[in-house]
Amino acid sequence: MATKTFWDWVGAIVSNYGQMFLSGAGTTMLIAITGTIIGFLIGLIVAIIRTIPVLPQDNKAKKVILKVANAIMAIYIEVFRGTPMMVQAMIVYYGLMEAFKIDLDPLTAGILIVSINTGAYMSEIVRGGIESIDEGQFDAAHAIGMTHWQTMTNVILPQAIRNILPATGNEFVINIKDTSVLNVISVTELFFATKTVKGIALRTFETFFVAGVIYLVLTFTVTRILRFIEKKMDGDDSYTIMASSSMPDQQFIKIRGGKHEHRQWLHDESDQK
Amino acid sequence: MSEVVKIKNLHKSFGKNEILKGIDFSVNYGEVVCLIGSSGSGKSTLLRCINMLEHADKGEILFHGENVLEKGYDVTKYRAKLGMVFQQFNLFDNKTVLDNCTVGQIKVLKKNKEEARQIAMKYLEKVGMDAYINAKPRQLSGGQKQRVAIARALSMEPEALLFDEPTSALDPEMVGEVMKVMKDLADSGLTMLVVTHEMSFARDVSNRVVFMDKGVIVEDDIPANIFNNPKNERTREFLKRAIEKY
Ligand SMILES: Nc1ncnc2c1ncn2[C@@H]1O[C@H](COP(=O)(O)OP(=O)(O)OP(=O)(O)O)[C@@H](O)[C@H]1O
Ligand SMILES: [Mg+2]
Repeated sequence: MATKTFWDWVGAIVSNYGQMFLSGAGTTMLIAITGTIIGFLIGLIVAIIRTIPVLPQDNKAKKVILKVANAIMAIYIEVFRGTPMMVQAMIVYYGLMEAFKIDLDPLTAGILIVSINTGAYMSEIVRGGIESIDEGQFDAAHAIGMTHWQTMTNVILPQAIRNILPATGNEFVINIKDTSVLNVISVTELFFATKTVKGIALRTFETFFVAGVIYLVLTFTVTRILRFIEKKMDGDDSYTIMASSSMPDQQFIKIRGGKHEHRQWLHDESDQK
Repeated sequence: MSEVVKIKNLHKSFGKNEILKGIDFSVNYGEVVCLIGSSGSGKSTLLRCINMLEHADKGEILFHGENVLEKGYDVTKYRAKLGMVFQQFNLFDNKTVLDNCTVGQIKVLKKNKEEARQIAMKYLEKVGMDAYINAKPRQLSGGQKQRVAIARALSMEPEALLFDEPTSALDPEMVGEVMKVMKDLADSGLTMLVVTHEMSFARDVSNRVVFMDKGVIVEDDIPANIFNNPKNERTREFLKRAIEKY
């Protein structure tokens, strides 16, 4: 019998252990998706709280509470961005078990760790997104009587979120890859599954080659989908001129393109159809 | 005459710079007051203090007899009753023209969607922008943006409207369309406080002109007096320069 080639081994590994890879990939995606979404929400909340303005006329209690809250959030961000997730995983999983007798199952612990870790990064990303919004947007919202919460949810965050979508997508892709460190607390994600397969098949190179291809397919697909969502969110650059009592002769004309073409239409109505 | 806002001895500093050095004046119902003065004299700061976008350090701002600078005063409610039109328009970039004019009514005044839409349409019609309700701000010219911004402020049906140089960021050919809207509003009896460099508007449309210099009000009089025989030397010099320039 001829010796097996590289592709023979790959084929054999895929057909024998495909199910294990798939379930590992599923767990990886579950943790990455849940962790990114929860982390994103944490980032939004932290950023909203950190941007609450303190006015001279506010009462003392509010000022003190905000100071304490801001200090806690600053520490949270520093600690979780400044330490490796692998260390965080060990501390949270084994630490909670030893110190508080809280016995989380590895998957729950994994989601928890990725969420709070992503939350720390997202807090900074959202803050950057908010800071990139023109002061005038805040002024205008406040001037019509919106509260900080209303200003954030109706005006600032919708714009900030659009601006930080690429960075958020990046976090998601990083999470897909970084869930691999959760194998240290025995979460059966893709990397853990791969190690298990290697233990049975006894072929390190081919087994991890398969894992690499799966990671690449996951991240590539996710990147494409996010790009598509970004495009969708930007909308098409057109709007409809409505019938108007102040401009009675113009009815339902669809304007294409941006400001430039629009102006052309204003000056040169007959040419545009 | 009753006052919409009455300001007493208002002071405001940024760091060590005292920008407002004891301002006393008031705006009465139905009045159109123009605030003029050279760059850096504190006009914008005064306007922003009046609707609490900046917090004054000292003094009183009386609204229906209550000092809005008092601890515990409901600032958001107060702001909803004073409209503001900015030099840079500041339309909500993520919202359509119609939504710009309804969001405040729905979220702040708690009106239902249909009612808010009808009120918004009424004012968009008034400024001649009702045909553009589906457009986003980035698709509009400067003059159109400013007219929508005025409709947005009017949609809140405020007791007075504050304007901070509403035509200064516009191309010259668009100044007229915004000025015309403002003149119509003045004629309709709306209470307006307008910071402007448009001397013709101050002279022909306003009931009163207030001249500010270096953080104090130098002169506060009817336009005929300010423009024809200003009492103060600084007013005279400012007007001479302003009229040469424009
Ligand atoms: N947020 C701020 N922080 C520090 N200084 C400020 C701030 N806002 C305004 N100033 C200063 O206050 C002074 C008055 O500014 P203000 O904008 O009120 O003048 P203005 O009369 O509106 O001038 P212009 O006609 O140029 O708009 C200026 O010297 C300005 O630099
Ligand atoms: Mg100014």
